[in-house]
Amino acid sequence: MDKKDYKNVFVFAEQRYGVIQPVALELLGKARDLADALGEKVVAMLLGEGIKDQAQMLIEQGADEVIVVDTPELKEFLSEQYSQAVGQIILDRKPSIVLYGATTIGRDLAPRIASRLKTGLTADCTKLEIEPDANNEPEFRMTRPAFGGNLMATIICPNNRPQMSTVRPGVMQKMQRQAGRQGIVTEFTPKFDTSKFKVKLVKFIQADKQMADISEAKILVSGGRGVHDKEGFDKLQALANVLGGQVASSRAMVDNGVMPHECQVGQTGKTVRPNLYMACGISGAIQHLAGMEESDFIIAINKDKFAPIFSVADLGIVGDLHKIVPMLTERIKKELEK
Amino acid sequence: MNIIVCVKQVPDTTVVKIDPVKGTLIREGVPSIMNPDDKGGLELALRLKDQFGAHVTVISMGPPQADVMLREALAMGADRAILLSDRKFAGADTLATSYALSGLCRVLDYDLIIAGRQAIDGDTAQVGPELAEHLDLPQITYVAGARVLENGNLEVDKENEDGVQVLEVEGKCLLTVLASAFDARYMSVSGIMEAYDKEVEVWSADKIDVEEGKLGLAGSPTKVFKSFPKAMKAPGEVHEVTPEEAVELIVNQLKAKHII
Repeated sequence: MDKKDYKNVFVFAEQRYGVIQPVALELLGKARDLADALGEKVVAMLLGEGIKDQAQMLIEQGADEVIVVDTPELKEFLSEQYSQAVGQIILDRKPSIVLYGATTIGRDLAPRIASRLKTGLTADCTKLEIEPDANNEPEFRMTRPAFGGNLMATIICPNNRPQMSTVRPGVMQKMQRQAGRQGIVTEFTPKFDTSKFKVKLVKFIQADKQMADISEAKILVSGGRGVHDKEGFDKLQALANVLGGQVASSRAMVDNGVMPHECQVGQTGKTVRPNLYMACGISGAIQHLAGMEESDFIIAINKDKFAPIFSVADLGIVGDLHKIVPMLTERIKKELEK
Repeated sequence: MNIIVCVKQVPDTTVVKIDPVKGTLIREGVPSIMNPDDKGGLELALRLKDQFGAHVTVISMGPPQADVMLREALAMGADRAILLSDRKFAGADTLATSYALSGLCRVLDYDLIIAGRQAIDGDTAQVGPELAEHLDLPQITYVAGARVLENGNLEVDKENEDGVQVLEVEGKCLLTVLASAFDARYMSVSGIMEAYDKEVEVWSADKIDVEEGKLGLAGSPTKVFKSFPKAMKAPGEVHEVTPEEAVELIVNQLKAKHII
């Protein structure tokens, strides 16, 4: 393999039910930086059925080219179908870098591709950069948390191509959309080996979607063990309502069944960076901090003055959330009525 | 039905500490545990065994100390335990690890391979799908439920961000399992007694079907360039005050930040 044959930064532009996911645009923003540093192009891979019309939007968000695979086989995400299509694009086009969202789709697809192409993959990156190596050649460096967020590791993939990584939603910044930005759209037709399609979709059960996605929320009122139970979360919900925010949860309250997994913040939940994060009764295990410490402003309420959450809080209150939260809710109501 | 379950011994990362000077992990005093998602995978295998009389083989790659974890798996009800342990595996990234495990799977009989979704020390979630690809098996990740259908196929619930995909898979496959969906059983007293009569087989690289050059550090495309402790931001103010004063402090800050 000659590394020089591999060029351009590719992004897997994840869509679900025809909707391009926010993480795809975040990856395009990052890919733009990387490609500019390398003097290469940004290429988005858009796969699905009936999605071709959205290629221009990806160009306006930073892609120089969009490779579209629009075919009924790719209507739903299924590992083998998508692996064949993406694998063939990569073999054909030889990118130097490929980025995927660290979603249930990206984390299923990317390792399958890495193993198929016998190349390296770095999971859940929080930082991607191009730096000169010992020979002053540009080197792609991927930084990620390890050991449950206790340690950061910078990973390189020196001898294999493409260099691939997954990136969590909410970590990278998307570009300002440039209406009318020019780029090219290329259609790609994979040669499917249907004998390998062993998994079929029986049905899809939509989760109860009364809750909006917490990773999109500007204000989060989040609860941990100290909230105790559902009634405790009702107090947090009332506060979230007056603030126009949403309720989130630590892992402990998801594991014990009080809160659903969709609202879990942390290493095994979601990464959030709202304008305001109010941590109520959350001690602040490193796994939790990893998911919220990039929030703009953090207020922590906890009975234990030694709780690690206070090490990341901009404002820490040692006290009983069950008293403070309802009083605060009433007070903010009054402030807003003024 | 023959089931292989992949398990990993991991440090309990909820109690891991970092040496602030050297930036390295302090491993002393940190308990080693069976990775939680892997334990969920073992539980799924044991439930299938309870229902259909499957033969369950647990496999792991790691240092000789991982023997303890495999004994726990035997005491929970696994029938056979194999530990891949050889210096040739040292320094393996996920690709080289999954390759070594594939070499072991190839010399065993199996109908189903179960792995955990991800390990709490690396959190990559890559070894399962990479192993499936090495073995040319279909994969289903994020598994929250699995049932055997009348036609012998497996029906599997795959959890994703917006709901659950119910999938049917024909023939051999690999599943990666969520711990939260399979509350693992405890070791039973009789299981513990029986586990002492069973042997944890320790295998070296020459007993499995692999090319040596693809193992360990040499077979790993990714390298660690550096590792360092996470930079912590400077802590803000912490106040021990009455609830009334607390409300005042918070409201003032929310106003200052134009949130209200």
